[in-house]
Amino acid sequence: MNRNFHLAVALLFCAALVSPIAAKKPVKPVPSVQVPQITADQKLDQLLNRLTFGARPGDIDRIRQLGAEGFVNQQLHPESIPENPALEVKLAPLETLRMLPSEMVVKYPPAQQIRAMAKGNQPYPTDPETLRVVQRFIDRYKAKLAQGKPDPDNMTDDRPPADLEKAAQTLAPADRQTFQNGTPAQKVALFESLSATQQYNLLDAMPRGKRQALYTVASPQLRRRIQLLQGGPQQVVNSDLAEGKLFRAVYSNRQLEEVLTDFWYNHFNVFLDKGADRYMVTTYERDVIRPHVLGNFKDLLLATAQSPAMLFYLDNSQSVAPGTDRKPNGKKPSRGLNENYGRELMELHTLGVDGGYTQQDVTEVARCFTGWTIKELRGGGVFQFNERVHDQGEKTVLGVKIPANGGINDGLKVIDILVHHPATAQFVSKSLAIRFVSDNPPASLIDRMAATFTRTEGDLRATMKTMFDSPEFYAPASYQTKIKSPFEMMASALRLTGADVDYGFNLIQQLNTLGEPLYRKVEPTGYSNKGSDWLNSASLLARMNFAVALSGNKVPGTKVEAKPEIAQMLGGPNFQKH
Amino acid sequence: MPQSRRIFLRNAALAMVGIGTAPVWLERALYAQGSPSRRKKVLVAIFQRGAADGLNIVVPHSEQAYYDLRPTIAIPRPGSGDNAAIDLDGHFGLHPALAPFKTLFDQGQLAVVHAAGSPDPTRSHFDAQDYMESGTPGLKATTSGWLNRSLLLEAGKASPVRALSMGATLPRTMQGPIPAIAMESIGNFQVKDAAAAKAFESLYQGSTDQILNGAGREAFEAAALLQSIQKTPYQPATGANYPKSRFGDNMRQIAQLIKSGVGVEVAFADVGGWDHHVNEGPLLNNLLKDFGQSIAAFHADLGDRMEDVVLVTMSEFGRTAKENGTRGTDHGHANCMFVMGGNVQGGKVHGPWPGLATEQLYENRDLDITTDFRAVLGDLVTGHLGNKNLRAVFPNYKGNVLPLLKA
Repeated sequence: MNRNFHLAVALLFCAALVSPIAAKKPVKPVPSVQVPQITADQKLDQLLNRLTFGARPGDIDRIRQLGAEGFVNQQLHPESIPENPALEVKLAPLETLRMLPSEMVVKYPPAQQIRAMAKGNQPYPTDPETLRVVQRFIDRYKAKLAQGKPDPDNMTDDRPPADLEKAAQTLAPADRQTFQNGTPAQKVALFESLSATQQYNLLDAMPRGKRQALYTVASPQLRRRIQLLQGGPQQVVNSDLAEGKLFRAVYSNRQLEEVLTDFWYNHFNVFLDKGADRYMVTTYERDVIRPHVLGNFKDLLLATAQSPAMLFYLDNSQSVAPGTDRKPNGKKPSRGLNENYGRELMELHTLGVDGGYTQQDVTEVARCFTGWTIKELRGGGVFQFNERVHDQGEKTVLGVKIPANGGINDGLKVIDILVHHPATAQFVSKSLAIRFVSDNPPASLIDRMAATFTRTEGDLRATMKTMFDSPEFYAPASYQTKIKSPFEMMASALRLTGADVDYGFNLIQQLNTLGEPLYRKVEPTGYSNKGSDWLNSASLLARMNFAVALSGNKVPGTKVEAKPEIAQMLGGPNFQKH
Repeated sequence: MPQSRRIFLRNAALAMVGIGTAPVWLERALYAQGSPSRRKKVLVAIFQRGAADGLNIVVPHSEQAYYDLRPTIAIPRPGSGDNAAIDLDGHFGLHPALAPFKTLFDQGQLAVVHAAGSPDPTRSHFDAQDYMESGTPGLKATTSGWLNRSLLLEAGKASPVRALSMGATLPRTMQGPIPAIAMESIGNFQVKDAAAAKAFESLYQGSTDQILNGAGREAFEAAALLQSIQKTPYQPATGANYPKSRFGDNMRQIAQLIKSGVGVEVAFADVGGWDHHVNEGPLLNNLLKDFGQSIAAFHADLGDRMEDVVLVTMSEFGRTAKENGTRGTDHGHANCMFVMGGNVQGGKVHGPWPGLATEQLYENRDLDITTDFRAVLGDLVTGHLGNKNLRAVFPNYKGNVLPLLKA
C-alpha cells in the first residue's frame, strides 16, 4: 500500500514535469490500484522487451547502470541519444529514404513512365545513372515491340545467350575468363574495376540466376545496380523502404522511437502497393509519422489527414461535393462524395468502432473533408485544398454545428472535435496499452493513460510516460505474455544473436512467409497489435524454419555466430513471447 | 486415392485411435471416409486477379454490338474458323482456348453466370479485390474474408486443414476466425530440418502457454498429416493432365488434399495476369489455356468426388465493352463467373443478360451487373456448405440468392 502510494505520487510528479500544460489545469487524481509487481530485474527485462525490438547481448548491464527510470526517460527523448554509426553506414546507400516523392519519380521512374519515354511521350531522364538503367528498359521494350512480342511489358526477361557472348567480347581476354569462369568473388572484383556503363552492359546481358549469385557477394553499389536491372527502378524505392525499417529496428539506439514509428504507421496504415502510394509511403513514414510519435496526437492526426499517401489510400482525394465536378462535356457529374476516409478517421484513427458516431456523422465528416486532395499526383503528389469541389453547406458532426462556408476550416474543426473527444483518449490509450502492456489491458491503466491524454490535450510522450510508470506495466500478468509479431520476432532474433545484416532482401522475403509483409497490410486496420492474432500453424512453422535458417547462416546477407542450440531457442515457444 | 494408400493411412490412423493419441478430427475424417453420405462438402474458390475480360471469355456472339465494339479483338462467331468461339447455347460461346470447358458444360457439370460482379463502382484493382474478398463491397474495415466466414464453428476439434489456400500468405478471402492455412506447397509445410522439428515439437508440448502449446500442436499435427499423404508421389487420376504452371500445380495439390480425406472444406487459389490493356488477344489465349486445362484436370482428377465439390471462379471486375486504342481493354464492371460441380445446375448460362447497346451499358461503357457476386456465392454457402446464416457471411447484402445447385 505504502509503495503504491509512493508510486502514485511519483507518477503525478512525473506527469507534471513532462507536460507544461499539466501545471495550468487542476490535476484530477486517478485512484491507484493494488497490483502485484515483478522483481527489479524482471522490470529491467520488461523494459527491454517492450520499449525495444529485443535485448542485445550486454543490454541488460547497460540498462542496470541507467536504472529503469533513466532508461525510460532516455528513450522518451530519442534526440538525446547518439545514433549508432553502424546504422548510418547501412542506411547511406538507400538514397530514396532521403528523397522527396517528386525526386524519386524522376530518378527511379515507374514502368509506365519508362514506357511513355519509349513511345516518345516523355523526355528521357537527365541523371546519368538513371539514364543508363532506363535506356536498357527502353531498348528492350522497343525491341519487343518491333518483334511483335505480345507482352512488351515484361522487360526483365533473360537475354539470348548470344548477347552474353557479345558483352563478354568487350572485355580483355583475362577479364573475359574471369567473367565466364571466375568465382563470384573474382567476378565482383572484376566488376568493381569497370566503368558504370560497362557494368550495366554486362549485368544486362547476364541471365537472372547469374546476376543473383553476384548479388550475394557484391558491394552495396553493385547490388543496387543489379536490383535496378532485376526489378526495375520502382522496386528499388520499395526495397529501400523495407530495408531501412529492418536496419533501424535492428541497429538503432533510439529503439522506442522505432517501435513507435512501427506502431503509429500501423495505426494510420497505408498500403504500399496501391498505385501512387508506392512513391508516397517513404515520406509518409519519414515526415508524417516519425516526427510526431512522441509529440502531440493532434499534429500527428492533422499530418496524416493532409498527407497525399493517406488521401490517396482512403480515396479522400477523389471525394467531392456532389455536382461540383463535371466532365468536360458538361453532362454528367463524374464524381461525388466518398466516405472511406470519413469512416476510417473515426473508426480506426480516433474514436474506435464503439466510439459513439453514427452513419450520419460519417457522411457529415466526409462532407467536411471534400476538397482535401492531391495535386501533381504523377509528379509525386502534394496536399491541396480545392475550394471548388468543397461542400460549403452547414454540417453537424457528433452534435457540433459547423457553419456553412467554412472551407478548409471544416476539416480542421473535425480534427479538433475528434482529438478532444473522450472516446479518442480511451481508444488511443487502449491501442498503446495493447501494444506495450497486454493483449487485454486493465481498464484502470487505460483510464489513467486517457486522463493524461485528455489533461495534456494529446501529449503522446506524457501518455507513454504514464503507461511506463504504471503498476500494471510491471504486473506479472503483463510480463513475458505477449506474442511477438513476425517483425518483432525477426528483429529480436537478429538483435539477440548480434547478427550482421549486410543486406535485407532475403529477410524481407521471409517476412512474407511469416505473414507480415512490410508496408503491405491491405486493410486500413493495419496489422493487429494483439499478439494472439499472429499465431497459426503455418506461421509458427515458418518461425521455426526461420530460426533454423538464421542460426545455420542460411539466410543470405545475414551472418550470425552459428550454434545449433540457438535454433531451438529462437524457434521455441519462449522466444515467441516478450 | 489408390486403394492401398487409403488403407495404409486408415490403418495407421486407426492404430493411433487405438492407443488414444489420434486427434478427434482425424478419427472423424477417417470414419467419414467409409460412408459417402458423410463425406465433407468442399468449396473451392478461384480468383482471377487483374480483372479478366469476361466478354472475350464467354462471348455474346449473337450480339452485333459485341463485334461493333471490338473490331480487332472480338472472338469470331462459332463456325467461322479455328479461332472462333465454341457455341454453348446459340447466344453465348466459349473462347476457343477454353475447349475443355465445352465438354464439362455439355455434361451438365459446368455453369456460367454472366453479367455478374460487385455492385461497387470502383475501378481500382486494389479496392475491388478487397471488396470481393471481404464479401462486403463498399466497407473497407471488414477484417475477415467471406470464405472463412462461410465455415461454421466445429463442435470439438476441427481438421487443421479445413481451410487452406495455396500461396505464401493467407489471402483476404480466407482470413478470419476459423484457423486457415496458407501453404506454398504440401511438401513445404513442415520444419525442414528433421532433428530440429523433433526438438521443437517437444518444446511446444512442454510449453505452459496455452496459445503456444495449442498452436504448436496444431502445426505439428497438420504437418504430420500432410507428410503422411505424400509418402508416395501423388499420381493424379487417368485423364487429369495438369499443365506445368503455378496454377496447374496448385489445382493438383488441392485435388490431392481433397482426395486424401484429410478434412478440407474450403480451398482457395488465385491466378494473376488478366489486366490486358495492350495486345489482349495472345495474352488472354495463353492464360485461358492454363486456366481451362488446370480446372478440367482438377475435375477429371476428382472423378466421383466432384459430387461433393463445387468450384467457383471470380475476378474483381470486368473490362470495357469497347476495345481501347492498343488492342486491349480497360477497367470495366460486370464479368462472368464459372461454377463447376456434380451438384451444380450445369449446361446453362445463368443470369439476365443486360445487352451491349450504348444505353444498356453501365456508365455508357461497361457491361452492367445483373447478378451480384454474392447471389452466386450465396447458394454455394447455404446449399452446399450448409451454412444457413448468410447474413453473417455477407453482412451488408440484402439481395436474393441465385439458385445454382440441383434441388
